[in-house]
Amino acid sequence: MADAPLKTETADDGEGAESSPPRKGKPFGWSTFVIAMLVAISAALVWRRDGIDGVWTILLHDISLFGEIMPRVLAGCLLGGLIAAVLPHDKVSKSLGPESGLKGLLIGTAFGAILPGGPFTAYPVASALLAVGADFGATIALVVSWTLIGYGRAVAWEMPIMGADFTLWRIVISLPMPILAGALGRFVYVRVRHRFDL
Amino acid sequence: MTALIIDILLWGSLIGVGVIAWRQDKAVLTVALRKGGMDFVNIVPRIALGVIGSGFIAAIIPSEVIVGGLGPDTGWLGVATAVVAGAATPGGPVIGFSIGAVALKSGGGAPQVVAYVVAWALFAFQRLILWEIPFMPARFVWFRALVSIPFPFLAAAIVMMIGKP
Repeated sequence: MADAPLKTETADDGEGAESSPPRKGKPFGWSTFVIAMLVAISAALVWRRDGIDGVWTILLHDISLFGEIMPRVLAGCLLGGLIAAVLPHDKVSKSLGPESGLKGLLIGTAFGAILPGGPFTAYPVASALLAVGADFGATIALVVSWTLIGYGRAVAWEMPIMGADFTLWRIVISLPMPILAGALGRFVYVRVRHRFDL
Repeated sequence: MTALIIDILLWGSLIGVGVIAWRQDKAVLTVALRKGGMDFVNIVPRIALGVIGSGFIAAIIPSEVIVGGLGPDTGWLGVATAVVAGAATPGGPVIGFSIGAVALKSGGGAPQVVAYVVAWALFAFQRLILWEIPFMPARFVWFRALVSIPFPFLAAAIVMMIGKP
């Protein structure tokens, strides 16, 4: 409540940014081109192997999957936008910034582990935190924690396919990794950021 | 069922944060939603290509070759193969985990399979390009991927020490 003036500032930043929207990645860059080529070649190979029916089966399945995922992507984008707007910058940089120490890495790890949803939530939220003052280390801890110990993918995909024993065992092995990755990230970042203009 | 729970959690958090924004300042809510909506519009073409196209890529990858490379007697070379294979595996979680499950069932080594699954989770190339880079600054994504490289090896080392579940 005490940082009401700060929130207004955040809103102003948002308004100002609107005239020149900050792009995180170009909608169609070289990476998209590479994937498009891979898809085209793969589709051609499937066509040669299984005929046009094979192509249709995969296409229809993937289009329905896309339809299923779309609302979640929208929710993730909106969540990222809201988190960036709501979180007070000074508090984020204090608890997740370069000076946040082990505590920042632990907060990042905990946040990554409880984040709901898939990549459509994790990356927009991580990007929002980076934008409002989290450093590379804490953000790495968050992303690595989401991918290795987050429950979303583990419950939805890993347990049914790999089995509960394997999944739990793999998660236990992975427990220290987000913190180690965040610490390593921080350690390397402060040493290379000038050289590589990071 | 799981998908339903994930949806409830996702939309629930969205509504929760939305209410917080609305109580702070209605302008904040509008601006944030508009920005999130613009991100969505910019990202949809890439996601469409990735999701609709990955089925074709998954249909032609030689999963037997990957599974064959993860044998129990392959040692650290097998772990290294697993890491490269994990990074190169296209498609969604079904593909990655299915290859891991087949490898495990057909007698793959536990350290190799764990290294494969962890490498896939940390830096599967297709996910980096299709999901992570559209949402995050590219320099962060590459930095994070590079920093993550030791961890599948660490996971394999832990498995070699403590053994199977």
